Amino acid sequence: MSLPGTLPLTDMASGHRLDFLLVADMVEPGSRVLDVGCGDGALLSLLRDRRGVDGRGIEISREGVNACLAKGLPVIQGDADTDLADYPDDAFDYVILSQTIQATRQPKVVLEHLLRIGRRAIVSFPNFGHWRVRVDLGLRGRMPMTENLPYSWYDTPNIHFCTIRDFVELCREVGAGMEKAVALNAGGQPMRVTLPWWVWNLFGEQGVFLLKRR
Amino acid sequence: MRFGPDEPLMMDAGIALAPWQIAYQTYGTLNADKSNAVLICHALTGDQHVANDNPVTGKPGWWLTMVGPGRPVDTDRFFVICANVIGGCMGTTGPASINPATGQPYALDFPVVTIPDMVRAQAALIDRLGIEKLFCVVGGSMGGMQVLQWAAAYPDRVFAALPIATAARHSAQNIAFHEVGRQAVMADPEWRGGRYLNEGTRPSKGLAVARMGAHITYLSEVALHRKFGRNFQDRAAPTFSFDADFQIESYLRYQGIAFVERFDANSYLYVTRAMDYFDIAAEHGGSLAKAFKGTPTRFCVISFTSDWLFPTSDSRAIVHALNAAAASVAFVEVESDKGHDAFLLEEPEMFAAARGFIDAAARARGIA
Repeated sequence: MSLPGTLPLTDMASGHRLDFLLVADMVEPGSRVLDVGCGDGALLSLLRDRRGVDGRGIEISREGVNACLAKGLPVIQGDADTDLADYPDDAFDYVILSQTIQATRQPKVVLEHLLRIGRRAIVSFPNFGHWRVRVDLGLRGRMPMTENLPYSWYDTPNIHFCTIRDFVELCREVGAGMEKAVALNAGGQPMRVTLPWWVWNLFGEQGVFLLKRR
Repeated sequence: MRFGPDEPLMMDAGIALAPWQIAYQTYGTLNADKSNAVLICHALTGDQHVANDNPVTGKPGWWLTMVGPGRPVDTDRFFVICANVIGGCMGTTGPASINPATGQPYALDFPVVTIPDMVRAQAALIDRLGIEKLFCVVGGSMGGMQVLQWAAAYPDRVFAALPIATAARHSAQNIAFHEVGRQAVMADPEWRGGRYLNEGTRPSKGLAVARMGAHITYLSEVALHRKFGRNFQDRAAPTFSFDADFQIESYLRYQGIAFVERFDANSYLYVTRAMDYFDIAAEHGGSLAKAFKGTPTRFCVISFTSDWLFPTSDSRAIVHALNAAAASVAFVEVESDKGHDAFLLEEPEMFAAARGFIDAAARARGIA
């Protein structure tokens, strides 16, 4: 699908999205994975083909589900906000929420479910603290519309934006341990780990977090 | 296919039915390693003539949109089997069959049938055909119940399962509708305590009323309004009588009359009863997930937005249980205003989902 709020940057050699490749690297081969908001199943099929995972998905759009079915992916038409409650505890090794948390009605509840259903959670999201967003809001006095965030304020599916720092704070609040945190720059490349949080928050276009229940 | 006195069908009612027979149709060709067999399970009043003209009514097969050359269940690629259910009236042993003990039709001496009985009979047929494992079992409504029962009872014999517009248990509301239908049949004096075949009568009026009531539950208000509205039938004004003034009345009367031409009243009692008794979870300590624990079958569940007989919540209950059982399950809710009948009609979204699921499963099974 076209993910809300992101411009998918792809790896020239493989044709895979850079953020998907990064997520795939965080997943142990052969594990059980649930992709929440899996779209057309691009990440799930990457995980299946490259990491040999047993992957499942939830997707809200019928077109997305049908695209997944055609790829042989077991995907359920459903809504992250209402359907995660039905999954048993510890059902998966990883639960992935890729570019979707900002479109949920209750991000905190969703995150808590991820950590309950999966032994680990991987969350990626567009960083609302990026300098261009700040320029739009701070200097132009307008809601940001960038290549990465192409919607007007009145028709955006993204109702709960956060910055990388906001998300770190939410992780603390729900008691999630951070096993890995990566910020991707405008080129979709991971930024150096040694950089301080404020640099990530200012220049990172996306945050990708590997979380563990504490 | 006939089964002799030494091959009884063991029924849930505690009776060994013998001899018995099962009527079936096949389409396409079974491949060398017998891995391309698809079983279609028919609904309450369906039969084995899924993709050929019906010999009784002369009408086309009941699921030509789904089954045939180039269709989602592609008869050019798969060996498709469809059998009349036990208790039915299209050639498989049922209440209208002759009881060898009396030389008379069974009537109500026929043992009460369950969905597991129907599936056991189909399994005996599949054994006879020399097929170890079905590639896919497909069905809607009561057919979907059989699909779920197949997967629960014979997990190693079902590679893929496609239950459509169905439930893992019959709801109180649906049992209620069935009871009204049965009472209509039994209230017809021509029913004669079920012995109408012996006495040369037919409870046509009762069965027609049962069908009229049931037919309403297969549609939706939107579909009824679109098709009939409050339009009059061949008249400009009401007649101030109990004639079929409205088109919808005329339509239902026609449906009732057409139905009794092709269906046995006692079969209607038995097959509706089978659906009422259906509750997979009850056989597994109340847990539907337990029924599917460790299943190797891959599932695709489909429901329709306007189906109030087998609503999406019923399908979701199946999906939740399969999830809890760590099964491979896909689920699509198709947007349609055609009610429960949608699964038999032209629904491109359903075909797209079914085709995607079946094709991907065929690749995984190595029969693409």
